Amino acid sequence: MKRRLFSYPYIVWMAIFILAPMLFIVYYAFWGGDGSFSLSYLRDALFARDIEGNLANLRSFGHSGIVAIETTGICLLLGYPIAYLLSRMKRSMAAFVSTLFVVPMWMNFLLRTYALRSIFLSLESATGIQILDTQAAVLIGMVYDFLPFMILPLYTILQKMDKSYMEAAQDLGANPAQTFTKVVLPLSVPGIVSGITMVFVPSVTAFAVSQLLGGRKTPPLIGDLIHRRFMSDPPMYGVGSALSLILMVFVLASMVLMRVFDKDSPNEKGGKLW
Amino acid sequence: MEAKKTPLIRLIDVSKDYDGDVALEKVSLYIRDGEFLTLLGPSGCGKTTMLRLIAGFIMPSSGRIEMDGQDIAKIPPHRRAVNTVFQKYALFPHLNVFDNIAFGLKIKKVPKAEIVPRVERMLQLVNLEGYGKRYVDQLSGGQQQRVAIARALVNEPKILLLDEPLGALDLKLRQEMQHELKRMQKQLGITFIYVTHDQEEALTMSDIIVVMKDGVIQQIGTPTDIYNEPKNVFVADFIGESNIVAALMLDDYRLRMNGTSYRCVDKGFGKNTEVDVVVRPEDIDIVPSERARVMGVVQSALFMGVHYEVLVQCGDYEWTVHTTDKVQPGAQVGIHIPPEAIHVMKKTRNNNIFDCEVYPDDNEVYIDEVAFDCVSVEGFEGKEAAIVQINPADVQLVSPQDAKLTGACKACLFLGTHYEVTVSCAENDWIAYAPDLYEDGEEVGILVDADKLHLSHAEKDAEEEP
Repeated sequence: MKRRLFSYPYIVWMAIFILAPMLFIVYYAFWGGDGSFSLSYLRDALFARDIEGNLANLRSFGHSGIVAIETTGICLLLGYPIAYLLSRMKRSMAAFVSTLFVVPMWMNFLLRTYALRSIFLSLESATGIQILDTQAAVLIGMVYDFLPFMILPLYTILQKMDKSYMEAAQDLGANPAQTFTKVVLPLSVPGIVSGITMVFVPSVTAFAVSQLLGGRKTPPLIGDLIHRRFMSDPPMYGVGSALSLILMVFVLASMVLMRVFDKDSPNEKGGKLW
Repeated sequence: MEAKKTPLIRLIDVSKDYDGDVALEKVSLYIRDGEFLTLLGPSGCGKTTMLRLIAGFIMPSSGRIEMDGQDIAKIPPHRRAVNTVFQKYALFPHLNVFDNIAFGLKIKKVPKAEIVPRVERMLQLVNLEGYGKRYVDQLSGGQQQRVAIARALVNEPKILLLDEPLGALDLKLRQEMQHELKRMQKQLGITFIYVTHDQEEALTMSDIIVVMKDGVIQQIGTPTDIYNEPKNVFVADFIGESNIVAALMLDDYRLRMNGTSYRCVDKGFGKNTEVDVVVRPEDIDIVPSERARVMGVVQSALFMGVHYEVLVQCGDYEWTVHTTDKVQPGAQVGIHIPPEAIHVMKKTRNNNIFDCEVYPDDNEVYIDEVAFDCVSVEGFEGKEAAIVQINPADVQLVSPQDAKLTGACKACLFLGTHYEVTVSCAENDWIAYAPDLYEDGEEVGILVDADKLHLSHAEKDAEEEP
């Protein structure tokens, strides 16, 4: 088979960049680099306590989960109306406006986050309200970073939706609000699911944003914890890898959950970004 | 059959344009309760626009739409007692058949105990008992069609609008559905407004047919009226097969076509008036040549199942005749056209009258943004907007590379001795008389000799209707 030839580069790619890192993580999480199998890294990763005796890592997991859910929720609430409006605009106008939402993504996210810092600082000096180093700042930063990932799949599905469905609903007596809740919303579920996945996964694994915007006063996200383990001196590869592994399982579980939810909705063609 | 019924829907001088494109122009029409009315015309004639106006999806640019005497132009679609069967059905993919049909009832908060039997009754009406649990994508096109009809009818609308509902079905299924639709309409007594471009469908099902073209109603009448007494060439050509001939009305009941004078049953056109005549192929008799005034040679005889379609060349004109007699190609035959088979129609638009710009210094006229040489520009000083008139016989059709102005052939009608070709250019539709047939959509070039352009000043003339 000649076609198989084309797949070799991808197999090599997957082996080097996907499979190998995962194996390394598993290796470090259980063998810790010295070659002897142990569950202690996993135990430390889960049940490490801080000086006050709290289960610090578990709390971080919980905190990350909550922040990710909040971010996803806010992105959905903000993104759906925007996507809906975009889908109602003339095509040229919609292309222009959606580009505006995407343009910030052309910059590195660290730069964007630094830019937010300065905006928060100048706002603070202008109004006296402290935003930087609060939980709100972290949320704003995350929403700012991930909103386009919510808008794009929603826009795609709403824009593709056959207008005759809405006309049919109106024709059958549904007012605009009923048309939305009974037809548009259910038909856009696949877009909502993709949007949620695309925002939730990167925000639950996010790091740096919370450090830069939340400072020391907000609890660290799990991404930050992992980052710290690897950057510490000496680096704690074992616990860091164990944390990553737990996070991966957590993300995988939530994705499976979303898929189950998605299955219940009709298999509308297209609209998903993946 | 029935007593005089009051109009249920009335359209009064309704116009609709989309950003300057006129879709409907001053259309007036009334529809009586319980009627099966068909809007018939080629694509782009405004029939769907009219349907959408009645459904309420679009608003008229001007004019009134009345239902039971009330102006409903501003009432949104969800508050109209009208339901639609959409062209592509628009069944909700997230609901099963039962919920699709129940959608309208649930919105209206009909008690659940009442919804179930009503939906079941509808499923029965459209012969889909037991399909309630299925999803739309598990149904065939014909079944989806039935669900769409049930979903609309369950709401007991005063009017059911059907937008080319059978277009996606194959021939056999389409014919079956035609009969079923007619049956349902009779059974329920609901007014049907049916949009189609299929003349056969219209003739089979309708009580009243409204023939439309370019946003204007051409003729309103019963199927037999429309078929037997077409008002103009367009209707005659669109409905059924026909021989269309340019003729001269000599006097009342007498006309001359293809060099022979005939008796006819029409009057009131005036003496020596140019008219168009339509003769249906089945109304022409083939007679032994010794008994005939008009003789011809059989060009071909094609068996069509019930009859033969015979082409008979008589001088310049080739008559299409439907007959059950078997004739041999090459045979000499006579043809007889009885007076009542000759339908005389007023000549429709036969002139090209366009806006133009005159450049007298260069002896040039710009029409459709293309320069034409023009001999007679006296009376014009400097650049000026004007009206130009060109006889269709003077419009020469050439291949596109030989002319500056090109357009696409929009219609081509055989008028006995020549074709009347409508060519759609940038701004105007040109009418040309040509010896050859042009296909719809074919690119052609347009030439006009410099002495054939007749100019007149724009000012007030532009406003006057001919």
